Amino acid sequence: MLQHLFGFKGGVKPQTNKAPSVQQAIGQAPLPERLYVPLHQSIGGSPNPLVEAGEQVLKGQLIGGADGWMSAAVHAPTSGIVLAIEQHVAAHPSGLPTLTVVIAPDGRDEWIARTPLDYRSLAPERVREALRDAGVVGLGGAVFPSHAKLTAASSVAVEQLVINGAECEPFMTCDDLLMRERAEEIVRGSAIFRELLAARRVLIGIEDNKPEAVAAMQAAVQRLGEDHEVVAVPTRYPAGGAKQLIRVLTGKEVPASKRSTELGVQCFNVATAYTAYRALAYGEPVISRIVTLTGNVLQPRNWEVRLGTPLRNLVALGQPKADTSSYLMGGPMMGFEIPDLAAPVIKATNCVIAGSPTLFPPRPPEMPCIRCGACAEVCPHELQPFELYWFARARNFGKTQEYHLFDCIECGCCSYVCPSHIPLVQYFRFAKSEIWSREREKQAAEAAKARFELRNARAEREQAEKAERLARAATTRSSERKPASVAASPPVAVSEPGVASAVASEPAIAPTPVDADALKKATIVAAMERARAQRAAVQPRNTEQLTPQQQREIAAIEARRANLQAESPPDAVNQPRRAAE
Amino acid sequence: MAFSTPPYVLGPGSVRRVMLQVLIGLLPGIAAYIWLLGASIVLQLLIATVAALAGEALMLWLRGKPQGLFLSDGSAVVTAWLIALAFPPLAPWWLIVGGTLFAIVVAKHLYGGLGQNPFNPAMIAFAVCIVSFPALMSQWPALGLKLTLVEQLKFIAGLIPRIDVMSGATPLDALKTALKLGEGTVDVPTLLATQEVFGNFAGRGWEWVSVGYLVGGLWLWQKKIISWQAPLGFLGSLFLLAAVLWIWSPQQFANPFFHLFSGGSMLGAFFIVTDPVSGSTTSRGKLIFGFAAGVLAYLIRVFGGYPDGIAFAVLLMNLCVPLIDMYTQPPIFGMKNER
Ligand code: SF4
Ligand code: SF4
Repeated sequence: MLQHLFGFKGGVKPQTNKAPSVQQAIGQAPLPERLYVPLHQSIGGSPNPLVEAGEQVLKGQLIGGADGWMSAAVHAPTSGIVLAIEQHVAAHPSGLPTLTVVIAPDGRDEWIARTPLDYRSLAPERVREALRDAGVVGLGGAVFPSHAKLTAASSVAVEQLVINGAECEPFMTCDDLLMRERAEEIVRGSAIFRELLAARRVLIGIEDNKPEAVAAMQAAVQRLGEDHEVVAVPTRYPAGGAKQLIRVLTGKEVPASKRSTELGVQCFNVATAYTAYRALAYGEPVISRIVTLTGNVLQPRNWEVRLGTPLRNLVALGQPKADTSSYLMGGPMMGFEIPDLAAPVIKATNCVIAGSPTLFPPRPPEMPCIRCGACAEVCPHELQPFELYWFARARNFGKTQEYHLFDCIECGCCSYVCPSHIPLVQYFRFAKSEIWSREREKQAAEAAKARFELRNARAEREQAEKAERLARAATTRSSERKPASVAASPPVAVSEPGVASAVASEPAIAPTPVDADALKKATIVAAMERARAQRAAVQPRNTEQLTPQQQREIAAIEARRANLQAESPPDAVNQPRRAAE
Repeated sequence: MAFSTPPYVLGPGSVRRVMLQVLIGLLPGIAAYIWLLGASIVLQLLIATVAALAGEALMLWLRGKPQGLFLSDGSAVVTAWLIALAFPPLAPWWLIVGGTLFAIVVAKHLYGGLGQNPFNPAMIAFAVCIVSFPALMSQWPALGLKLTLVEQLKFIAGLIPRIDVMSGATPLDALKTALKLGEGTVDVPTLLATQEVFGNFAGRGWEWVSVGYLVGGLWLWQKKIISWQAPLGFLGSLFLLAAVLWIWSPQQFANPFFHLFSGGSMLGAFFIVTDPVSGSTTSRGKLIFGFAAGVLAYLIRVFGGYPDGIAFAVLLMNLCVPLIDMYTQPPIFGMKNER
């Protein structure tokens, strides 16, 4: 197999530390006493709960329905009783709570009726729906709903389908083990993706530090008679970044402003292909995933873990050493520190690393930038990180955008090499969030201004119309009445334009002047009452909205931080940029 | 947790390490220097280092910055060594001290300290001193002037009247002066062949110091402390310009190798135009920066009023860096295939 490889610029070679967790086969993590299944586990809309507290659920039962097209369903990981649907701490750097279904397993682990789909005979549309309803999302960590990526761009045919088995983050081995042990299912899943996209070629990219995985995948491809190409790619972080892998395998560079399908290529993680196949061929929704548990533990290993398992239960399996000071979720390059071990394993949890001061020593003090250019040298997106850093520091956000801030994938290569130990990525995230919030503020202000102007215009128009109407009415009446009683209608009143005087000039309809005042007062009181009622009605809704709003923000942050195993640029990453430009 | 922002692992690099490697890169040149001119250079290095650290400490204290962190970063020592190596080896101690203090206090700290200086501090020191003390700055020990260490120390301490024993010229300067004085009666090939100051392929002795800097520079490049663009641009333009003029009139102009291995060419190419802080940061920018500095250095050294032109060339180019950087921003990932 002679596959020409195209390198990508930049990248670093941190110590991989992968050996400890590949010594044992994937283990089955025991069922915990309680499962905390967050409803919002993927990019896009937040699924609505479909169960109630006290309800009995079966393993694989739908408990959260996909909210719109860009969303994915959530299922019960085992059979048991729903104890509550409540806010529970999420596996997110902020530690903010999210709406969570709490399940007490009954121990029977009883499946719902599983119906394998004959996906070959189904319309592609149905297959995509099935994947959405099975909760299939990018398991590399980006959790982008897979079905949404399975539509080819209308103008460009899909040339290559890239299956990402590169797994370049240090410590992480969940994909490696999955490929070693379940290669056939991955290959079959890839074939389904290929069919849906009508892709010409399938390229499976695996970093060359995983020879066993390469061999297993090659064997599976041969056994199944597929013509997928298994390609060993050089080991260099972030070779597993979707864009870097696409570049290495196809030579195509996907800019931040484009989706890979526009260039005729799409990319999925191996674990995603695996779950897609299980979902279609066995009717098994995504209720568990492989998680690497490693670092400062006595038993580093990969575990198949039910979604919703509290991280505390998971880390206990590894027997953390006494000096463990923290836990990371994801790899050390792009992961985050887990704020609370009560947070559950979710679809994005690919790796949990126990940290110690020796393993992750404190960052040395930050020094000024010496413009050495090391950061630019390693930036896989060929940015000038130090320029971005200067501008971000100076809060010159316009300039940061000129220097392509939003093309930064936050891979951390620049921070890794900076001799001045400047936390560059942190500055970039700060600049991005600052730009987003300003954009939001601006939009809100503009909307408010538009509303205000609209209201003013309407009030004016209504007032003018009313005046006109009254004036017209007064004229007609006075002319009608003239023959009967000339004195009853003083001509002065007719010529006066004001509403009040027009009202006053109509003794037949309007009350006496005293009554008019009273009426006005009553109207004002009524209006105020209405406004109060409106405010009262609006306020609780606002507080209710706070959580979904926060959840959306979390989604945006997650999209942005899309792990390197990310399979394709989630749109959420690009949208704010377009909005900001 | 000591730091809770990714990446949680860091590479081995640090400012101190970078500076240390630059100092190591200077060692082959210094070794040749000692072998050629005696140990007095070690004293000069020491004097400059002490002055630089003292100036640094003072300014850090005045600016309320952490002393230990910055004093140990090595950047002041690099500046000090470059000054000591660029100045005449027997220059009086106060000249080195004054130059170094000026570099650290004014050129570095008054512009904001480490990483903020728009001009190369060592070159500022050189420029200021050669403008203020042109005679002292042009007095290089004559060859064949075999001085004992004690005599060298006395020179540095200012205990010996200088003028009578110093020949006062580097090979570059000797060539220029001879050509000027000879007014057409002498030609370069004869000069190079007959005068003792000129060695095998450049100035006697100096050529080996230059080779030392070349070796150290190549090592720095191999260690990825410097990139090839600036040195290549610098040496390339110097070589090209010298070659063109030499081919045009070999009687009047020295050959290109003479220029590459004379004066501060190699020191400048690998240790001055590669200064990250005051140089250009983009790849194309570095090439332009080096190339233009080489052209300027040649013009000043051959046609200008100073024996060597590197300091002024570099300072002039430092001025242009913002402009160069602005116009040489490389395309980013994915921009190349956008039409
Ligand atoms: S690596 Fe650090 S010190 Fe070097 S240019 Fe980049 S930000 Fe500045
Ligand atoms: S974090 Fe951003 S700027 Fe830094 S190397 Fe990665 S892509 Fe480049």
